[in-house]
Amino acid sequence: MESSVISVPVGAAAAKRAGYLRAYYGSTVGKKQVMAVTGVIMVLFVIGHMIGNLQVYLGAESLNHYAELLRALGHGGLIWVVRGLLLAAVVLHIWSATALTLGSWAARPIGYRHRQRWIESTYASRTMRWGGPILLLFIIYHLLHFTTGTLHGDFVTGDVYHNVVAGFSIWWVSAIYIFAQLVLGLHLYHGAWSMLQTLGLSHASYDRLRAGLAIFVAFVVAAANISIPLAVLTGVVS
Amino acid sequence: MNITLHVWRQKDAKSKGRFVKYEANDIIPDMSFLEMLDVINERLTLEGEDPIAFDHDCREGICGTCGLVINGRAHGPRARTTACQLHMRSFKGGDVIWIEPWRAKAFPVVKDLIVDRSAFDRIIAAGGFISAPAGSAPDGNAIPIPKENADLAMDAAACIGCGACVAACRNASAMLFTASKVAQFGLLPQGQPERDVRVKRMVAQMDLEGFGNCTNHRDCQAVCPKSVSVDNIARLNRDFIRSTLVADRRAAVGVGSAG
Repeated sequence: MESSVISVPVGAAAAKRAGYLRAYYGSTVGKKQVMAVTGVIMVLFVIGHMIGNLQVYLGAESLNHYAELLRALGHGGLIWVVRGLLLAAVVLHIWSATALTLGSWAARPIGYRHRQRWIESTYASRTMRWGGPILLLFIIYHLLHFTTGTLHGDFVTGDVYHNVVAGFSIWWVSAIYIFAQLVLGLHLYHGAWSMLQTLGLSHASYDRLRAGLAIFVAFVVAAANISIPLAVLTGVVS
Repeated sequence: MNITLHVWRQKDAKSKGRFVKYEANDIIPDMSFLEMLDVINERLTLEGEDPIAFDHDCREGICGTCGLVINGRAHGPRARTTACQLHMRSFKGGDVIWIEPWRAKAFPVVKDLIVDRSAFDRIIAAGGFISAPAGSAPDGNAIPIPKENADLAMDAAACIGCGACVAACRNASAMLFTASKVAQFGLLPQGQPERDVRVKRMVAQMDLEGFGNCTNHRDCQAVCPKSVSVDNIARLNRDFIRSTLVADRRAAVGVGSAG
């Protein structure tokens, strides 16, 4: 065997030495799969969040009661468990993405002079590395806006409905949210398809469903969330 | 027809390269792309200049030796076609054509348009084989294989290792190449004993070579002259999970290079 060909430890003793998890995460495919699993967690959260948001259409009482419920579940503990899980998912997702991106940038030190022709890649797939940082900034803004109220200006603790209406009444706040949801839609569209691929969940019988699922999730989440600031701006929700 | 070429010229691996402009006149549309370069090279040789170095062997689209990025697309504008099988009728008079080598850290330029693809050989050497003694050809149907699997394995085995997937990938990733080799064996009974070890070793070697990381853009399968599908990448990913989670840790199969 050529000296430059790697020898991967595979026996039981070697496994103990290297550590299965470390070897797994140390590989690029392992990091991708960590991104996919954390992606699943975040997609499920985003869908749940969207369903919660839509209660704004049921009126102030409904939405505020739902918010109270979330804070009360599990004697007020569940919300922190979920927050912890989400924070871990976000950190792992970003950490892996950064490591993989740096690796990929280093993999082509001299680029092409003629613009590369994209054939099957999509606008969504090519903007993943823009979408990630934009969404991170948005999440920080969103937490400071609707969770802590720091950037709100007219924040009433516990009155979620009021906070939503007052917040989205300012046109540029709505604009930020609408833009962020469009970015989220693009990120989800490629992300949902990509995570199924990365987890190896592909089969000729279901591949059409995969693409459909990605479009469906991306479109529904973005459209439902965008409808709320639009509803406030147009006075449907007030 | 007359066309203008901008060709990457680089004296050797250590030199800095640059684009040189050539006018290719009286090109016959039935010439292959490489024959067009041959014509330029004949002229350069007669003029006492260094001919353009490019890789080629069979010129029948089956060996995987040729490879040029033509106007930003690996192997040029035609789908399922290697550069040697591309003909000048795919272009028109007055066209300006940029010719560049595969660009990847793992594929260093040897000279002009020739890159060193031995990184691929090392990925194969890391696990792209079966260790069972082959012997003479077995009787037909002695080993039952579902027709679909045989077809899919053949599709994956169609990879000629040209490297267009790496060249076209935004990340310079070698996932399609590696996945085609992993899938080719993973789909057949003969590949099973080393299946778990194979994927680990080949991925580790792929990482070691400095290729980028797959982000599922799928431009690799679009430029692949053999239409190797990204479904094979999903197969690799699946095998990788399997080998991490359920591979028998007590199994003594191929314990590193300790033996």
